[in-house]
Amino acid sequence: MARSTNSMRTPLAKVRGLGSAKSGVHHWWHQRLTAIAMVPLVMSAIYLVFRIAGSDYNQAISLLQNPFHAAILLLLIITGFWHCMLGIQVVIEDYVGSEWGRITSIMIVKAILILLATLSALSLFKIVSI
Amino acid sequence: MAEFTLPAHSKVTTGNVFPADSAAQNVKTFSIYRWSPDDDDNPRMDEFEIDLDECGPMILDALIKIKSEVDSSLTFRRSCREGICGSCSMNIDGTNTLACLKSIDDVKGDVKIYPLPHMPVVKDLVPDLTHAYAQLTSIEPWLKTDTPAPEGKERKQSPEERQEIDGMWECVLCFSCTTSCPSYWWNGDRYLGPAVLLQAYRWIADSRDEYTGERLDALEDPFRLYRCHTIMNCAKTCPKGLNPGKAIGEIKQKMLERQS
Repeated sequence: MARSTNSMRTPLAKVRGLGSAKSGVHHWWHQRLTAIAMVPLVMSAIYLVFRIAGSDYNQAISLLQNPFHAAILLLLIITGFWHCMLGIQVVIEDYVGSEWGRITSIMIVKAILILLATLSALSLFKIVSI
Repeated sequence: MAEFTLPAHSKVTTGNVFPADSAAQNVKTFSIYRWSPDDDDNPRMDEFEIDLDECGPMILDALIKIKSEVDSSLTFRRSCREGICGSCSMNIDGTNTLACLKSIDDVKGDVKIYPLPHMPVVKDLVPDLTHAYAQLTSIEPWLKTDTPAPEGKERKQSPEERQEIDGMWECVLCFSCTTSCPSYWWNGDRYLGPAVLLQAYRWIADSRDEYTGERLDALEDPFRLYRCHTIMNCAKTCPKGLNPGKAIGEIKQKMLERQS
């Protein structure tokens, strides 16, 4: 347990610290919602992958250009990366002890995931607009 | 970052062996963690061979026998010897429990006894619980109301409302659960841990309390509450058979309920 030994603050002062952040419920709930949402999305995406695997180039493109299929993939990109971001943040908060290290690594991970999500979405738009 | 090895001064060494009387028939070895703040020695595991024919049935009986008859310097907390005071919590045979409720017969092979994990050690089997007690104080575990109590009468509660706090008032605050929780090991400075959150919910669930919202406000925090990842070591280890994980789940549900 990380605890400063040279502080003369009382144990209660240390526990109360900076007070409650008054947040956390949305993070927790969104992690669960995105997990549930991904069940049908991932199953539909797997079905699409099998359909694409059995088609030639033009058939594959027209499959993805179906608005319902494209919507499934776009929603999967959004919920998947969102879920990933929430989950990795929890892991970092669990295991990175220093405040500076925690805040920096969360920011870096979020930046990378936002970039990857944007690239994935743009790739999908590109296929759809062929 | 996480520490993966013990600091040099915390590495546990082999200690002294106290053999049983040669006439003893029913001998069991108790391997006990020893550390004293009064010398510079590393912690060590002392081995006490105990004649079970001359000893009570519980682990606490063996500890008391060792302290009275073999080594009076062995230090541990105990009081009621019947699972009510919560003093003799320690790590026995790999599980946090109360020494007075753990039967010697339940342990196969040598009995290994350590203090509660991941807390500073005062001496031998006595952990420093100052921080955990301060965390308990921080959730204000007492009835908070603005309405004065009825003149000369108790505050009323229906039998159904009273049932809401069953499974929580029984907690004896031994902190077996809190010190079994990996989330508490890594983030115990800010995470309140299962014992304190169970008590927090005990007052949230009490129909007579008028500060439910304020209590939830104080808990809504990524570290104080949401470090719980339902690992459930707490429920598995509780010597009183309680389920702090469920209480924490109820708190999370209340947090959500008041959002919509």
